[in-house]
Amino acid sequence: MNKTHDTDNLLTVEDLNIVYEADGEVTKAVSGLSLSLKKGETLGLIGETGAGKTTTALGLMRLVPNPPGRVVSGKVMYEGQDLMQATEDEMRGIRGNKISMIFQDPMTSLNPVMTVGDQISEVIMIHQDVTKAESVEKSKEMLELVGIPGARAGDFPHQFSGGMKQRVVIAIALACNPNLLIADEPTTALDVTIQAQVLDLMKELKDKYNTAMIMITHDLGVVAQVCDKVAIMYAGEIVESGAIRDVYENTQHPYTKGLFGSIPNLDSDEDRLNPIKGLMPDPTNLPSGCRFHPRCPDATAICAKVKPEPVITESGHMSRCLNSLPAALDERQDDVQELKMVAGA
Amino acid sequence: MSNEMTLDKAQTSETEVSAVRAAPKKRSQWAEVWHRLKRDKMALCGLAILTVVVFAAVFADFIADYETVVIAQNLGDRLQGPSAQYWLGTDEFGRDIFARMIHGSRVSLLVGVLSVSISIVLGGSLGAVAGYYGGKLDNVIMRVMDVFLAVPSILLAIAIVSALGANLINLMFAISISSIPSYARVVRASVLSIRDQEFIEAARAIGASDFRIILRHIIPNSLAPVIVQGALGVAGAILATAGLSFIGLGIQPPEPEWGAMLAGGRQYLRHAWHVTTFPGLAIMITILALNLLGDGLRDALDPRLKH
Repeated sequence: MNKTHDTDNLLTVEDLNIVYEADGEVTKAVSGLSLSLKKGETLGLIGETGAGKTTTALGLMRLVPNPPGRVVSGKVMYEGQDLMQATEDEMRGIRGNKISMIFQDPMTSLNPVMTVGDQISEVIMIHQDVTKAESVEKSKEMLELVGIPGARAGDFPHQFSGGMKQRVVIAIALACNPNLLIADEPTTALDVTIQAQVLDLMKELKDKYNTAMIMITHDLGVVAQVCDKVAIMYAGEIVESGAIRDVYENTQHPYTKGLFGSIPNLDSDEDRLNPIKGLMPDPTNLPSGCRFHPRCPDATAICAKVKPEPVITESGHMSRCLNSLPAALDERQDDVQELKMVAGA
Repeated sequence: MSNEMTLDKAQTSETEVSAVRAAPKKRSQWAEVWHRLKRDKMALCGLAILTVVVFAAVFADFIADYETVVIAQNLGDRLQGPSAQYWLGTDEFGRDIFARMIHGSRVSLLVGVLSVSISIVLGGSLGAVAGYYGGKLDNVIMRVMDVFLAVPSILLAIAIVSALGANLINLMFAISISSIPSYARVVRASVLSIRDQEFIEAARAIGASDFRIILRHIIPNSLAPVIVQGALGVAGAILATAGLSFIGLGIQPPEPEWGAMLAGGRQYLRHAWHVTTFPGLAIMITILALNLLGDGLRDALDPRLKH
C-alpha cells in the first residue's frame, strides 16, 4: 500500500483505531488500519463477520455510534481534508454529498412511511440549492437511472421488491454525485440473480461517473468481479492488501490462503473444502503477537510473541505475516530470522 | 398532529380524490389514506357523526340565534318536554335545549381539539427529544413528566383553573397540561423503537441533521399510536371540560356547554329527564365517534398495512 501523499489519492486512511467501550471492557474493533484510494478506483474490503469492516466504513463517515464506539486515533484524509478534525456541520455537508453509503439490508434502510421519490429528493434538498420541484424531477431521473420507471416515485418502499429497494438505495447514494461510495455488503440480503443485476448496475454507474468505491463484502467472487484493489481484514487489522491480481495470484498471508481454500475449486476434484480451523478471536481478548497465529497452519513459536508489521513490496502488495515475506525484503527477513533464533534459544 | 387537521384532511380528501385522478401521483398519499379509510365502515360512521357535529358548531348561528334563543330566559316555558316547538324540550329557565346543545358543541370541540393539539405538540416534542437523545436529558424530562403524572389530572386541572380563574383559555391550558405526560410517554416509547433502525442510520449517512431526522423520519413513523391516543384524548378533553363545567369551574353560565347543561338539569332528573339526557347523549355520541375515527385513522395512515 502506497503511503505517500499522492495528490491523486482521493482517500488516505492512516493508522485508524476504533474501539467499543462497554462496562469497562474495551473491544478493539479496528486497529492500525491504513488504506488509500484513487479517484475512480474500487477497493474490496473482505473479512469475516466481526472483522471490523462495517466499523471501518462507519468510522470513515464519522458515524460510529458514540457511546459505546470511539475513534481513538487516526487520520482520514479526503480530498486534502482530515475528516477526523472536521466539525459536525462540515461532516453533514460531506455525508451523502461527497461520500455516500449503501447499507446492507435494503428492507430496513428505507423509511417505510416516506415515498421513495421523497427519500431521493431529500438528499438532493439537503445538499443542493434547488427548489422542491427540481429535486422531485431529479429524483425521477435517478430512479430511471437505476432502472425503475420515474412514475413510481410516489410509491412506498413496501411496494417494491428487495432488488428494486436496493436500486432505490443506490439512487439515493448516487443522487448528489459523490466521489466516494461506501457499499456495506450491498448484495448480501439479495438472492443470487438479483445480486448480479445490482452489481452490474453499481459497476456501470461507478464507471459512468468515475466514482471511487469501497466495497465491503465477504464474497471473494464479488470482489473479483468489481474491484481493482482488495484488502483482507482479520480481527480489526488489514492482513493483506494490494492490487487484485497480486492478492489473488500471489497470495501471501495464510489467512487469505485459508479464505481461498474455503471456496470450491472448479478445476480440481475435491470432496471436502479446506476451511480455516477455529474461530475468530474474542475481540476483547486478542491473542498476543500475530492475531491469526492460533489458527494459522504455518505458525511458529515466534508468531505468538512478535507482532508482524506490514511488509510492502514495490508493486504495493502488503502482507502482515512473519513467514511469508517476499525475497525482496531481505533486510526484514534477517530481522525475523534473528527474532526466530532468539525465540528458539 | 391534531385531530382538527386529520379531520380536515379526511373531509377535504373527497375532493382530492377526484383531483388526484386527473393528475396522477399528485398528493397521492392522502388519496391513499382516504381510500383505505373508506373501507372501514365503523370509521366512516364516526366521521359522519363528527361531520354533523362540526357542521352544527360552525353553523350554530344560522340554526339558532345566540341572544334571543340560546341565552334568553323564558320562564313561562320552563322544563317543557320535547315538542314541535322545542324539539328536545326546554331547561329550567325555559331555554331551548336543542339550540343550547348546538351552541355548546362549539365549546366542546374547541376545547377538545385545541387542548389535545397543545398537549400533543408539547408532550410529543418532549418525548421525541427524550427518546432520541437518551441519557441524562431523557432522565430529566421523564422524571419531570412523572411528577406531573403523580398528580391526578382532574385535580391538577381544578387547581390550575381555580388559581388562574375560570375561562376558556385557562380551561384548555389546564386540560392540556395534565395530559402532556401521557403523550410524552407514548412518543418516547415509539421513538425508542425507531431510533435504532437502519433507515435512521441511513438518514444520518445522507447528511441529515438531528432536527430533520426527528421531524421527517422519526415522528412520522411514531405517529400511529399518537393518533389513536389523540382521538381518545379529544374525547377525554371533552369529558374533562364537561366535568369541570359540571362542578362550576369550566364554562360559566349562561354560556351553553354540555357539561354545564348536565349540571343544571340534575336537580330535575325525576321530573324532566330530557334536560340531562340530551346533553349526555351528545357527549357520549361525540366521544364514540372520535374513538371509531381514531381507530380507523390509525389503520389508514399506516402504509405498511396494505388493504
